[in-house]
Amino acid sequence: MIEIENVRKSFGPLEVLKGIDLTVEKGEVLTVIGGSGSGKSTLLTCINGLEPIDTGRILVDGTHVHAKSTDINKLRCKIGIVFQQFNAFPHLTVLENVTLAPRKVKKMGRAEAEEIAIKQLNHVGLGEKRDVYPSRLSGGQQQRMAIARALAMSPDYMLFDEVTSALDPQLVGEVLDTLKMLADDGMTMILVTHEMSFARDVSDRVAFFHKGVMAEIGPPEQIFGDPQNEETRQFLSNVR
Amino acid sequence: MFDTALTTSDLMFLAKGAGMTLAITGVSVAVGTLLGIIFGVIRVQIGPIWSAPLTFILDIFRSVPLLIQLVLGNAFQAIVQFGWEPFTTSCVILSLYTAAYCTEIVRGAIDAVPPTTRRAARSLGLNWTQDMGYIVAPLAARIALPSWIGLTLGVLKDSSLVLWLGMIELLRASQILITRLQEPLFILMICGLIYFVLSFPIARLGGYLEKRWSPND
Repeated sequence: MIEIENVRKSFGPLEVLKGIDLTVEKGEVLTVIGGSGSGKSTLLTCINGLEPIDTGRILVDGTHVHAKSTDINKLRCKIGIVFQQFNAFPHLTVLENVTLAPRKVKKMGRAEAEEIAIKQLNHVGLGEKRDVYPSRLSGGQQQRMAIARALAMSPDYMLFDEVTSALDPQLVGEVLDTLKMLADDGMTMILVTHEMSFARDVSDRVAFFHKGVMAEIGPPEQIFGDPQNEETRQFLSNVR
Repeated sequence: MFDTALTTSDLMFLAKGAGMTLAITGVSVAVGTLLGIIFGVIRVQIGPIWSAPLTFILDIFRSVPLLIQLVLGNAFQAIVQFGWEPFTTSCVILSLYTAAYCTEIVRGAIDAVPPTTRRAARSLGLNWTQDMGYIVAPLAARIALPSWIGLTLGVLKDSSLVLWLGMIELLRASQILITRLQEPLFILMICGLIYFVLSFPIARLGGYLEKRWSPND
């Protein structure tokens, strides 16, 4: 379970998160929507401790993410994150990209790590590409590799930060299919996305962020069908 | 016909000088690179304000002509009675000179590794050391290589200045022969050829490594 309690976060004078309270249950798929600068991506990077927070706290399975006593590298093994940019390690093959963290962080043997990596690469449809370098992959393939790389750590939670935003339109589908498959597998996920029909399709709940505040949260039928908040209504009418 | 008084033993004398040039360059580039990596990482880690004193000292080594550094360094070690051999003094000064340039190369190369790539590495649970070792070092090495090869070739030739400390390296050996044999053009040609023979493999090594690494990027 991910518990976010009254989290505030500023970059200099700009307050990007203005007191967020949110709980994500095991097995839940939560989609976060909202305009740019609404704080949704920042929230994801705070959840796995890549960004410090100013006040409040974030608990992952009861562990305080930002406490000094927390072994953040160990905690990050539980929380996979995939970014808008694919962030492939260009000097490593696809297989090495995926096995690096299991081998170095989890201290797995090469054979075991490769077995897991190949399984995950097959899962995202990249089994054939394991020995090529990322530069030979399309954007969609690189993004699926990044997903396999995060999954190889066997995380309990997956965070997706606008993972289709940097892709050509015809490549978006293959990545969304991968996410759908993960959701169907019962993975706990928080997705920041601009793909509204996808959000409606896979989410258990949808949260709408506006100017650093969670303006509305509810089941997709409510958010997309009958939004209670004026800003939500306006945002949705603009993106449709 | 072409006629010269240059004998085989003169050539051996030049070869010895070339050996000295190689030894000084080898030590200086090795030590200077190691220091450059350490200083470069420190500069990136602690930021421009805290590393200002270090940057200032390195700037001195980059700004003052090497000849002046060598002469002053040698005088300084005599005054404080280190009792260094000219070889040691030469290597110390050239190492610091190399380190000053190498620090900038390393800093620039580390800065050129995309922060998002490093962030992805950290998000997978890699700690700072692992991030530096498995992600930053290999990527930064590719970026730094051409400049580092240039620096090494520069130091190889700049090392001729240690003749002012009485070291008989390649250029000094050539000068001695010129004084004795009065055949400046011919001897300088041979001297230049030897410098080329020493430099060429280093330049080629750089080209080879760049080629080997490039299809992966």
